[in-house]
Amino acid sequence: MSFDIPEDCRYLASHEWAREEDGTVRIGISDFAQDELGDVVFVELPDEGEELDREDDFGVIESIKAVSDIYAPLAGTVTATNDVLLDDPELVNDDPYGEGWMIELDPEESLDHLLSPDEYADQIE
Amino acid sequence: MNYSQARWSEDDRYEPLLSEKGNREVAVDEDGLLPDDLTRDTVELPALEEPELARHYTRLSQMNYGVESGPFPLGSCTMKYNPKFTEDLAALPSAAVHPDRDEGTVQGLLGVMHGLQDYLARIGGMDAVTLQPPAGAAGEFAGVLVAKAYHEHNGDQRSEIVIPDSAHGTNFASAAMAGFDVVELPSAEDGRVDLDALESAVSEETAALMLTNPNTLGLFERDIEAIAEIVHDAGGLLYYDGANLNALLGQARPGDMGFDIMHYNVHKTFATPHGGGGPGAGPVGVVSELAPFLPAPRVRKTEGETVERFDPEHTIGKVHGFEGNWLVLLKTYAYIARLGDDGLADASAKAVLNANYLAEQIDYEVPFGPFHHEFVASAGEQDAADVAKRMLDYGVHPPTTKWPEIVDEALMTEPTEVETTRSLDQLAEAFNAVAGEDDETLESAPSETAARRIDQVAAARSPRLSWQALDEE
Repeated sequence: MSFDIPEDCRYLASHEWAREEDGTVRIGISDFAQDELGDVVFVELPDEGEELDREDDFGVIESIKAVSDIYAPLAGTVTATNDVLLDDPELVNDDPYGEGWMIELDPEESLDHLLSPDEYADQIE
Repeated sequence: MNYSQARWSEDDRYEPLLSEKGNREVAVDEDGLLPDDLTRDTVELPALEEPELARHYTRLSQMNYGVESGPFPLGSCTMKYNPKFTEDLAALPSAAVHPDRDEGTVQGLLGVMHGLQDYLARIGGMDAVTLQPPAGAAGEFAGVLVAKAYHEHNGDQRSEIVIPDSAHGTNFASAAMAGFDVVELPSAEDGRVDLDALESAVSEETAALMLTNPNTLGLFERDIEAIAEIVHDAGGLLYYDGANLNALLGQARPGDMGFDIMHYNVHKTFATPHGGGGPGAGPVGVVSELAPFLPAPRVRKTEGETVERFDPEHTIGKVHGFEGNWLVLLKTYAYIARLGDDGLADASAKAVLNANYLAEQIDYEVPFGPFHHEFVASAGEQDAADVAKRMLDYGVHPPTTKWPEIVDEALMTEPTEVETTRSLDQLAEAFNAVAGEDDETLESAPSETAARRIDQVAAARSPRLSWQALDEE
């Protein structure tokens, strides 16, 4: 099975993606991660203004199989959260890199330390 | 085997609720004991004759499946038949005693508790037992708190508990709830504890290693003495998860293997009812060094041969009321007393024999072995959850699925000692029939049960948590 790994994202080994968009960084979980979890039934997100360090857990995602923490790929301050997921958690399954995004950060660091799409593809092979 | 479960429905809905079968307004007696704004003049109550009521509950039971319906090999759960003589004892009026009565008037009750503490200590090779925790996981939590109190009493602040990746999920939860960091130990290739990995996981921060033996793959940890030495040398304690004790009764004792703390799942090992059968009990046994930290109260014999309650010297306090759920403990005591030493040893031997017989009969691969009271087969290319749903159509309960994760599409199977050769063969037939079926058949199963495939996603996303949800639809 092959998974979608967009070229414009960088990845954390724990299956979160980060994408730079006009000075902010949008974060979600990968196609592989949503497939492993199965149908997502609940998402918990942080408050706006929360300050995150790299690899801090900022939320919780629950599927019919498992409950997992979600980790910040980089340090920054939460500037927006995708509250639509609270009512429609299935968006994480349907569109993990689009409408299923989770938070936006005002970044305190670059994305250079994260895995490239190729490196992430190797990891989940 | 032809199977079709009863399905009682009206207008294609399941057996209606009692309130939907006809209500009657009943006047409430005005006795003036409560203020008017807290009372009603009438209440609506279901108005049914006794036969209607009896049929209602019988129908519900016919649409269900339990240990009295057929084989129930739900791995790691030890779903034994619950013998009726223990229920009879628990139903005696003399068993229903308020625990706060004067000790002198409840000597029989306290004597049973003392006897049970003693039985459990002997079975586990422990020195002291508390009966108080109200369930297996509550026992785990109490046991971990005892370990914590012991270290702290010795001026030793330890922050970590080591747990193998194949352990029951409750182990991780109990350790975390008690404030410890969990260090997960990867299994060796043979499914057992990896001694090298254990050596590097333990340190002066290790409060305890939590282990079940045989483990969740049904494999006996052969290196248990070396494991105990590694943990003890680091100053840690060894915790025995009693979930799999049914494999060991009268054969081996956790205390003799070097374990310091253990809990007993009486609903598994000693055949008291699970879950909906009533409140549970999860007694905890410890070696003598840890006895002063057990929950309060415990019971002991006095010099005058009476039985009294007492608080252990450095007790962690109460984890439940009095001695715990007394009637469950009474059933436990009765079961142990009826079976005796030989009967318990025979139960474990047969549990192991049954698991091994069944594993031989089924077509699915069993990757790890030799095993004890349970085995984990792999559904291979099939989806284990679909296999389980389809097995229902053959009139048996399926095994535990998709866990432990070290086996692909796991089918964790534990027939227990209660099944006869005939019902084991029935189980094997069900496994093998499903093994030969295509995905389409599996995905549309079950078709012969009262309730068809449950939509787990919808149930989790928009749960209906009370009967009032029906009215809202």
